Amino acid sequence: MTWVLGNLPLIGDLTLEHLAFALPPVVLGLLLAIPLGWLANRTRVGRAIVINLAGLLYTVPSLALFVILPVVLGTGILDPLNVIVALTVYTLALLVRTVADALSAVPGMVIDSATAMGYRPVRRFLAVELPLSIPVVLAGVRVAAVSSISLVTVGSVIGFGGLGKMFTDGFQRDIPQEIIAGIVLVLVIALVVDGLLLLLGRALTPWTQVRAGANR
Amino acid sequence: MIEFRGVTKRFPDGTVAVDALDLAVDAGKITVFVGPSGCGKTTSLRMINRMIDPSDGVISVDGRDIMSVDAADLRRGIGYVIQQAGLFPHRTILDNIATVPMLLGWDKAKARKRSAELMETVGLAPEMAKRYPAQLSGGQQQRVGVARALAADPPVLLMDEPFSAVDPVVRESLQEELLRLQSELGKTIVFVTHDIDEAVKLGDKVAVFRTGGVLAQYDAPGHLLSRPADNFVDGFVGRDRGYRGLGFLSSAELPLGELPTVTVGDPVPTGDDAAWTLVLDTDRQPQGWLQGSGAGPTVTAEHLVPGGSLYDVSSGSLRSALDAALSSPSGKGVAIDADGAYAGSISADDVLAALARVRSAEAAA
Repeated sequence: MTWVLGNLPLIGDLTLEHLAFALPPVVLGLLLAIPLGWLANRTRVGRAIVINLAGLLYTVPSLALFVILPVVLGTGILDPLNVIVALTVYTLALLVRTVADALSAVPGMVIDSATAMGYRPVRRFLAVELPLSIPVVLAGVRVAAVSSISLVTVGSVIGFGGLGKMFTDGFQRDIPQEIIAGIVLVLVIALVVDGLLLLLGRALTPWTQVRAGANR
Repeated sequence: MIEFRGVTKRFPDGTVAVDALDLAVDAGKITVFVGPSGCGKTTSLRMINRMIDPSDGVISVDGRDIMSVDAADLRRGIGYVIQQAGLFPHRTILDNIATVPMLLGWDKAKARKRSAELMETVGLAPEMAKRYPAQLSGGQQQRVGVARALAADPPVLLMDEPFSAVDPVVRESLQEELLRLQSELGKTIVFVTHDIDEAVKLGDKVAVFRTGGVLAQYDAPGHLLSRPADNFVDGFVGRDRGYRGLGFLSSAELPLGELPTVTVGDPVPTGDDAAWTLVLDTDRQPQGWLQGSGAGPTVTAEHLVPGGSLYDVSSGSLRSALDAALSSPSGKGVAIDADGAYAGSISADDVLAALARVRSAEAAA
């Protein structure tokens, strides 16, 4: 505890750094997953290809990806871009399937009636299909966010910042409090982010909060 | 007016859903497409707003070939009510109704004002505006569906089995409501159903389809019942068609007889113990029947024998007249006027005699 109190500024910086590594990839991955998920939902073949590719990507070990990416991207070995790209790839791999499933779960009758009202496909997707897929997609985003927050610590092993540094540093200098504090903090920010996403989801989907048949 | 000329729909697997359909839907009337499943009635409907494109032939709306119009623009000009309403679950009732006006680029205030008006038109309470579809009953959702289809005031309304998912009582009230709306709005309505009773009740004209997408008969509902074109239509129209056909024959020339009546509070009539007396209240509205001299000294509204159905002279048909006669415990049907007051009596024999006169008049025409 004394170590923690003595190093609050450092812990604050590491936490912010951790979030800066963990969260942008979730947003980027989601933005990429939406069009790909839409594509996957279009045809059966497209779905097979996109979903399998995404599944394959997810099996690449994170440490290996951190090491390979500089070669692929031509970046320096400790360029933060490597972490961002690697985590975006993971989020994308996780969310493509979720988005495809969420879109295919939108009732055909609702899509049909939107078409019959005179929606053109792009507007229908944005105004009807996408909003209706929010509950399922958001559940996927929560998993992706938590997984991204935990994966950032792997980056610390090869020298990136973030709360994982407290593991490596605490281990090297034999400060158990630092290791424990690091673990607890990662857990706490994962829980907080997850909770915030849950609240965001509720705010975005007021129609799921209502009591069914209240007026029956 | 909507016109089908030689319209065929062949699906990629080779099934012919609609086969060389020629049909003209009258403007400002309700035309019902009816038939067993697989008869092509829904396919025919969905070709009108290009939800399905025909393989062959031409469909025109007001003389314009629908294939020459952009599909989305065409659809915005045609109201569409789908089975189970097909409302957008993520939008409030008000926003659901405003869908087409918003697509047409109306400003939000105007679209919402129009939605609120339509909620009233279809009989939805204003406090439902902010609710979501899941909070409404099936019947209310269906009303929203109708309001949404009417929002941009399209001349044509397509209705695809809109009332099939609600219970019979609600269905009946929705049907009545549709007829009331139609009498005010005069839209060109194409209505698909598999229920011949619904078809006959709602349609100014009814198109009966047979399996394989062939039009079997296209006629006024009364004719469909009295003169089915062939055995298929006869079988589809079903049992009791003779009786149901009476519903389309006017009872204008049906003679009314007189009944012994007594008013509540009057002394109980004396005499024949088997005689039936009709009991009226002070507004002369029928309350029930009294047989013989009854129980007490004066007539009360209690302990009466319930009456049968009443025959309303102002809106009556031979069917309701005959039913009144048949359902009355005394064997004499009770006729009432538009205010519900006793107007006279009818006997089944008179109805049958009137039927014979109407038939011979029709044969002469």
